[in-house]
Amino acid sequence: MQKSSRLAIYALVELAANPDRQVSVAEIGEKYRVSAHHLAKVMHTLGRAGLVRSIRGVGGGYSFSGNAKRTTLLDVISLFEDTSGECKLTDSSAATSVEWVLFDVMCEIDDIAKATFGAITISTMLKQTERRRKPAGVGVGAGAGAAASRPAR
Amino acid sequence: MSESAPECILAGKIRIRRVTEPDLEQVISLDARVTGNAKPDYWRDIHDRYATRRLDERFFLVADVEEDKTGRSLLGYIVGEVRGWEFGSEPCGWIFAFSVEPGTRQQGVGEQLFQAMSDAFKSAGIRTMRTMVARQNQLHMAFFRSEGMVAGPYIQLEMDIDDEIAD
Repeated sequence: MQKSSRLAIYALVELAANPDRQVSVAEIGEKYRVSAHHLAKVMHTLGRAGLVRSIRGVGGGYSFSGNAKRTTLLDVISLFEDTSGECKLTDSSAATSVEWVLFDVMCEIDDIAKATFGAITISTMLKQTERRRKPAGVGVGAGAGAAASRPAR
Repeated sequence: MSESAPECILAGKIRIRRVTEPDLEQVISLDARVTGNAKPDYWRDIHDRYATRRLDERFFLVADVEEDKTGRSLLGYIVGEVRGWEFGSEPCGWIFAFSVEPGTRQQGVGEQLFQAMSDAFKSAGIRTMRTMVARQNQLHMAFFRSEGMVAGPYIQLEMDIDDEIAD
């Protein structure tokens, strides 16, 4: 997933969690440690898609204007990346058996990723975020600033 | 991905209970309408195995509504059982059938069925629930995800054995 897609999902979850509040780009950027410049471009794309609306002026910012129960992660990612294309094998007429087998593996992974992103809505993200939330002051996984990996299941 | 607004707004209180023999025709009918494939023999067998034996670890639950005026009171069903030690897995709760009347979706029927199944498994001492969903079935995928289910530690594999039979 590209960085713009990730930022868009962070921003949408943030805004959908506070539907009555205007949240500025700077505020979201600070929380997710990303540049306001990059985030502003992302918000513009989300605005054009009707997922956020902007209010100008003092106290202005963005608010969520989509349907959290209907908008999936795949919908959001599709705004920034080409997700419509089939899994493609370059020069299929000359491809060897090994290339075909690896192609099948990549398609398998691609299909699972698409099915997963297509089944998780912004509303589900909010629920999962709530479940994962720890008491104030307690970090999730590794300590502050450390890279975290998903624990083995 | 999601359903449109419900066609039928439920007026009465949703009730979750174990299936009984008279419910079976409505279960068969709901499944046939949703899947396009009527399987009366399958459902009678499921009823015999999951509604009459080992009821402490087999759960065939249905949702219905009181004061229904349409004559079709069954709103949905869920079937699950405790399975243990398959491929080394600790005993877990397996959900293998689930459906909600299309016109009454998005009114909490599925959620109540799911919660009741979760409670039933908990009462049987189970801490993990599993299910299997077709990749293209976005409705079920989205529902189970929204209830908190995530990809588990097992991956389903399969192969086409038509060629081997032919050989």
